Amino acid sequence: MKRKIPLALCFIMGISMIVQFFIPHPASLEFSSVIYKWIIVLMAFALVLAIGNLIRHHGNKIHRRKEDWQYSIVTLAGMVAMATIGLAWGIDPDSLYQRIYLNVMAPLGGTMFALLAYYMASAAYRSFRARSLEATLLLLSAFIVMIGFMPFGQYLHPRFPAFAEWIMKVPNMASQRGILLGVAFGSIATALKIILGIERSWLGGKE
Amino acid sequence: MTFLLIFLSFLPPNDVIARDRPNDAGSTISLHWNLSVDDSLLDGYVILKRELSAGEMDFEKIGSTVRGVTNFEDENAQDGVQYEYVVAAVKNNEVFHSAPSVPVASSPQVFHTGRINVLAAIAIFTGMLAYFVTKARSGKGLFIRKIAGLAAVEEAVGRATEMGKPILYVPGLGDIDWTATIASMNILGEVAKKIARYDTALIVPNRWSVTYTVAKEVVKEAFISEGSPEKFREEYVRYVTEAQFGFAAAITGIMMRDKPATNFFIGRFWAESLIMAETGSQAGSFQIAGTDSVLQLPFFVTACDYTLIGEELYAASAYLSREPLLLGSLKAQDYGKLIVLLILLSFTFISFFNINLLPILRVQ
Repeated sequence: MKRKIPLALCFIMGISMIVQFFIPHPASLEFSSVIYKWIIVLMAFALVLAIGNLIRHHGNKIHRRKEDWQYSIVTLAGMVAMATIGLAWGIDPDSLYQRIYLNVMAPLGGTMFALLAYYMASAAYRSFRARSLEATLLLLSAFIVMIGFMPFGQYLHPRFPAFAEWIMKVPNMASQRGILLGVAFGSIATALKIILGIERSWLGGKE
Repeated sequence: MTFLLIFLSFLPPNDVIARDRPNDAGSTISLHWNLSVDDSLLDGYVILKRELSAGEMDFEKIGSTVRGVTNFEDENAQDGVQYEYVVAAVKNNEVFHSAPSVPVASSPQVFHTGRINVLAAIAIFTGMLAYFVTKARSGKGLFIRKIAGLAAVEEAVGRATEMGKPILYVPGLGDIDWTATIASMNILGEVAKKIARYDTALIVPNRWSVTYTVAKEVVKEAFISEGSPEKFREEYVRYVTEAQFGFAAAITGIMMRDKPATNFFIGRFWAESLIMAETGSQAGSFQIAGTDSVLQLPFFVTACDYTLIGEELYAASAYLSREPLLLGSLKAQDYGKLIVLLILLSFTFISFFNINLLPILRVQ
């Protein structure tokens, strides 16, 4: 019973949403709208559970004085402070909440994003070492594309930029489309398998 | 010249056709007309309508367009009510009315005819799925090629057990409505079963509250199905933050502090993929990644030991569980791709004769 009810619910809702896609009638749109409202309500309940987990995890870390436990204090203090400020003074565009978000959170996110450049350099160094035929081809194509998109490429040979563009538009695009085709079928198959109850890993596998 | 134009009469647009807009929820009537022969001299057109059931009413202006435009949509029609439309050419506040359209009423449709191609594709694919699942159920062996990244999962779990270090499983940064996240949850279930057989710790950080609750249930169910519910710990599955780079920072922090023996990055990823994979690589972890994001695949291929490319992510659950029914569905996927390939080749060949069949595939 514990598995049959979720499977039945999954089947009914999955089929309903597929059928809804083919019916433009207002009743069908209303049904879809109600379902999306339910999803928002479910997400709100899930958020309560998630925040409970966050508090418990960091609380335990502080209590047991685990490695770097001080950061957990910062996490919990930040969460409480932002929630209090948001609830007390609102989240309007010129509120304190938004100012903290724009002046603290956004720059911190930007800093993490900026680190990507350094990670790219180290990853590129590792993958461009020509230790196999594939790595050599990768290195060669990357070299042609990089030079081709620089003014220097035009200087080396007038057809260099066109060749670089061909690499991007033909072999690169063809392989990307091949992957996307497989992804599309995989997505449909996964959705159908779950709706039809063939895929039950999310319920712990077979009965 | 202006003086002359004031005394000239202009021809109105003609053949005003009003029809209920197809495949909609009602309340909209589409209008089409042929341009006035004096179109280039006009200021534009005004659209007028009147309700027939309300007796002899005058036409009311409902909108206007610039010259050169031949269509308009009245989105304020009342379903079931008959309307007549007139399109008038305008020049210097003078209007020249067309003949009224044939009366028309809007109505909602119960089937979207522009999506018949999608329905046909779903029907064909479901038919293939049913055929191969039935074939698999009858016990006939199905050949599935070896997927190196999935064959390495057992090794990855064993390595963590030997080293006495945890396994980090990142289910992507997509919410539960991403199919890649759902596929990741299926793989998490299989990985958690293997973990339950050994005595290994697991860390599953989540970006979204719903994925957190789903991941927790998936891991718990996996431990129960392996007969080791006592081994499951609440702290295995964690909620972190919704902030993209905040989440990436938390993952790199876990990697540097807990030094997991194995990292799984399975699901939907964006720009943070390389930050996480490269940190894991520098920390010396064994790494298996899988994503359907074409732009992030090169980063994972570079920084991880094994990468599930695109559809392999969706095949993983079947491959790991070895359940015949799931393996049957993989065959349906392969034949689906074959059909699409044949359609592409035949459409390309037919296009040599100046016949464009692509509109058949267009989804409205």
